[in-house]
Amino acid sequence: MQTVEDTKPCFPLFNEPDYRELIKNKRETFEETVSKEKIAETFAWTTTQEYQDLNFKREALTINPAKVCQPLGGALCGMGFEKTMVYIHGSQGCVAYFRTYFNRHFKEPIAFIADSMTEDAAVFGGQKNVHEGLQNATKLYDAKMIAVCTTCIAEVIGDDLGAFIGNARKEGHVEKDFPIPYANTPSFVGSHITGWDNMFEGIVSYFTQATMDGKVVGSNKKINIVPGFETYLGNYRVIKRMLKEMDVDFTYLCDPEEVLDTPANGEYQMYAGGTTIDEVKDAPNAITTLMLQPTSLEKSKKFIESTWNHEVPKLNIPMGVEWTDEFLMKVSEVTGKPIPESLLKERGRLVDMMTDSHAWLHGKKMALFGDPDFLLGLTKVMLELGIEPTHIVCNNSNKRWEKAMKKLLESSPYGVHAKLYPGCDLWHMRSLCFTDKPDFIVGSTYGKTIQRDTLYKGPEFEVPLIRLGFPIFDRHHLHRMTTLGYEGGMYLVTTLTNAVLERLDEKTKFMNDTDYNFDIVR
Amino acid sequence: MTELTREAAQALIEEVLEVYPEKAKKDRAKHLMVNDKTIEQSKKCITSNRKSVPGVMTQRGCAYAGSKGVVWGPIKDIIDISHGPVGCGAYSRGGRRNYYAGTSGVDAFCDINFTSDFQEKDIVFGGDKKLAKLIDELEGLFPLSKGISVQSECPVGLIGDDIEAVSKKKAAEIGKTIIPVRCEGFRGVSQSLGHHIANDAVRDWIISNRDDQAFESTPYDVAILGDYNIGGDAWASRILLEEMGLRVVAQWSGDGTLAEMENTPKVKLNLLHCYRSMNYIARHMEEKYAIPWLEYNFFGPSKIAESLRDIASHFDDTIKEGAERVIAKYTPAMNAIIAKYKPRLQGKKVMLYVGGLRPRHTIGAYEDLGMEVIGAGYEFAHNDDYDRTMKEMKDATLIYDDVTGYEFEEFVRKLKPDLIGSGIKEKYAFHKMGVPFRQLHSWDYSGPYHGFDGFAVFARDMDMTVNNPCWGMLKAPWLKEETSADDLKAA
Repeated sequence: MQTVEDTKPCFPLFNEPDYRELIKNKRETFEETVSKEKIAETFAWTTTQEYQDLNFKREALTINPAKVCQPLGGALCGMGFEKTMVYIHGSQGCVAYFRTYFNRHFKEPIAFIADSMTEDAAVFGGQKNVHEGLQNATKLYDAKMIAVCTTCIAEVIGDDLGAFIGNARKEGHVEKDFPIPYANTPSFVGSHITGWDNMFEGIVSYFTQATMDGKVVGSNKKINIVPGFETYLGNYRVIKRMLKEMDVDFTYLCDPEEVLDTPANGEYQMYAGGTTIDEVKDAPNAITTLMLQPTSLEKSKKFIESTWNHEVPKLNIPMGVEWTDEFLMKVSEVTGKPIPESLLKERGRLVDMMTDSHAWLHGKKMALFGDPDFLLGLTKVMLELGIEPTHIVCNNSNKRWEKAMKKLLESSPYGVHAKLYPGCDLWHMRSLCFTDKPDFIVGSTYGKTIQRDTLYKGPEFEVPLIRLGFPIFDRHHLHRMTTLGYEGGMYLVTTLTNAVLERLDEKTKFMNDTDYNFDIVR
Repeated sequence: MTELTREAAQALIEEVLEVYPEKAKKDRAKHLMVNDKTIEQSKKCITSNRKSVPGVMTQRGCAYAGSKGVVWGPIKDIIDISHGPVGCGAYSRGGRRNYYAGTSGVDAFCDINFTSDFQEKDIVFGGDKKLAKLIDELEGLFPLSKGISVQSECPVGLIGDDIEAVSKKKAAEIGKTIIPVRCEGFRGVSQSLGHHIANDAVRDWIISNRDDQAFESTPYDVAILGDYNIGGDAWASRILLEEMGLRVVAQWSGDGTLAEMENTPKVKLNLLHCYRSMNYIARHMEEKYAIPWLEYNFFGPSKIAESLRDIASHFDDTIKEGAERVIAKYTPAMNAIIAKYKPRLQGKKVMLYVGGLRPRHTIGAYEDLGMEVIGAGYEFAHNDDYDRTMKEMKDATLIYDDVTGYEFEEFVRKLKPDLIGSGIKEKYAFHKMGVPFRQLHSWDYSGPYHGFDGFAVFARDMDMTVNNPCWGMLKAPWLKEETSADDLKAA
């Protein structure tokens, strides 16, 4: 029973004897569960190679995917433009889910609206919803732009979004010149990263495709930066800072950094920051466009190359030392601005951190999962530190990713043992963590059930999770960190090293038993 | 904030509606009301369970969320397939914190997301073949599951897949219950229809499975319906029922099992906590098996005591004495909690906007702590919910159905509550505004809130939020002077 001095929430309340008894009685009397022995035996079987083989034979079933659907990515993209309301043409339930998902990751308000298609719209099409929805949305939300993407329902019934928006203008539901770019983002194609790519292409083509007259590559002397589906706020900031330190004029094409980080000061700001429409219109005049997530932005890249006539340079995601070097050198090359002393010093500091920490990381085996370009960058960082990636699971990969990943792994002796699992999910990863135990698993919050499951086999089998990627629901404020650039490298080295040290403490903290390496100095 | 008069409250509603275009304004006006306790039937003054206005920020979910996310998801020994594209299953994974006891991946499956991850070809050629194959794969990898439910996402209904036929065929093959659930997200106007559809599937595929089987009954057999064990709620409820001498044969669906559900028609009384999500199946069992059902409320000691006595009144003196014994046992602890927290919370105004039952059920718990609920509303209620709510609310308080983000924020700006209890989608906007906020869908990662043990946590949580020092730091000190001058002007 609770006492006022010691009120217990779920944990440890349900560990109290009376609740343990209650749960045990329920189980034994009413649940008709199988015997403890059978459960133990079955669990043990799920940790075997035999189970893994069966698991990898799956063709139809996905278990614990490490990806979500297109419109979520489209919505994040829409948020990156000034005073832009994200509008989802389709079911309202999806939008509730997108908002919740981002709420949980960013711990921020997320303003998206739906036009709430239901059964009648499924039969008659969603044009009425678009017309009414745009009318209400423009009245209510004081937006400068409404960015529309779709959900399954609109896609399956084949709604013609372009025509609907055109008709809305014609019929006066929305002003003729109010900007409404859109993208088709069917959830049964690709993943959230595809959705980001589609929405980005939708927005930039809306503002530039028909108005290329008079545009001259290089005339505004800026460079464009396209981030892709990026959830680390620090990554927006670090790229801007580095470019400022280089004295490079730039346009950040899609910049949700501020709207995802407004202050608590008594006012709720629905919009903050973001790329302006004028900046988008001016973007074709830039010297070039750098894409920070090269394998995930194919559609946008095609558009930019063919319409803006930009030669989009081949670049890797600027993670770790060498790929950040490469990024800065490319910026320097295209702008003619030298890389300043400050960045050189920062680079040196990162390398210094690596020299200080490498001994704890060298030879550590880590399994990884996440989005394709992030995994490339993370792998690169690991290889630079002498970490050995073992199993690399990418649920939403493509051929380009596989090729790039293979090339990267072959470039380092630390990568030779790594195996790629394109299109695989976290239940595959669970098997791999049992049959070929890595020292750590690196990925989103979803990896925590794998840690729990491996621990259940016994403490010596536990694979601890290091949280890097998206989504991270169960730790606070990690989304504010930085993974790109030298600064990001510092965060990664810190995170990885201290995870190793914490684990070592966990294992060696037992007095007069394991505490031989329980050291004050590390 | 002084008490709002009826006129002032009505004027506030009208002011807030001003910004809408005519059609939307007319529609939204029907969903907002000032409470009048003399009116018996809410349908005279509020409209509910209607389509949300397109293009406004509704907080509502969909039928799939109601079925898979709420009702089916917490049944632990059944595998739920999110049948369709990849998103829905991921978004509904683990968010509700419906706890269970079991070995995940072996005999319990609540925290695993199973999906058919539809690709374009599945849309073009249909997903039935994939579903059949997937069920075989599930059977191979999870032999101890008791059954499978197929939770259909939007495309499944639109492309005309016959999940019923596949389920029937595969069920015969594997010898387990397979339940097709037509909970496509576009059905109905909110998650509410999903609850109904889920209940119908329980009725059609589970409830009568043991009609011919013997069962060792006792006169004290009851079932808990509509408790999802969020943060362990159902355990904190069950312990009281068992202590008073009842035998809880089944609890739904939090920490629930197929066997418990199948045995439910054998009980003497169904106890219904979330009326909205499970009144359908309670009514069905009443009709078919003549099992009476009783609504109860386990939030806050006043309502808990009232409910325990109500429940006991359906049984003999043993149970009646049992109820009194339980109430007596916990009363000192509850009094101590109230003695500690009431002085800190007395007179604080609360606004609620949640789903299911909480906008009315938690009112008593707030009142036990000396707090006052000045506004309440539901995401997906029907008018029978508002009938019940109007009785719990004071006169001239605000009631809002399917409130839009904009309306809710405006109401809060004007009424300046000391605490808001609502969902995660609303949480952070109010944090920016500096209004103390508790998430009342999943207890803000705390709980349980049901039962006497839960009330202790509830009281602690409300206090920690209302009285945390962080809310006092929103204005920088060098801006404070300016602000107070502005405030004076405004006043």
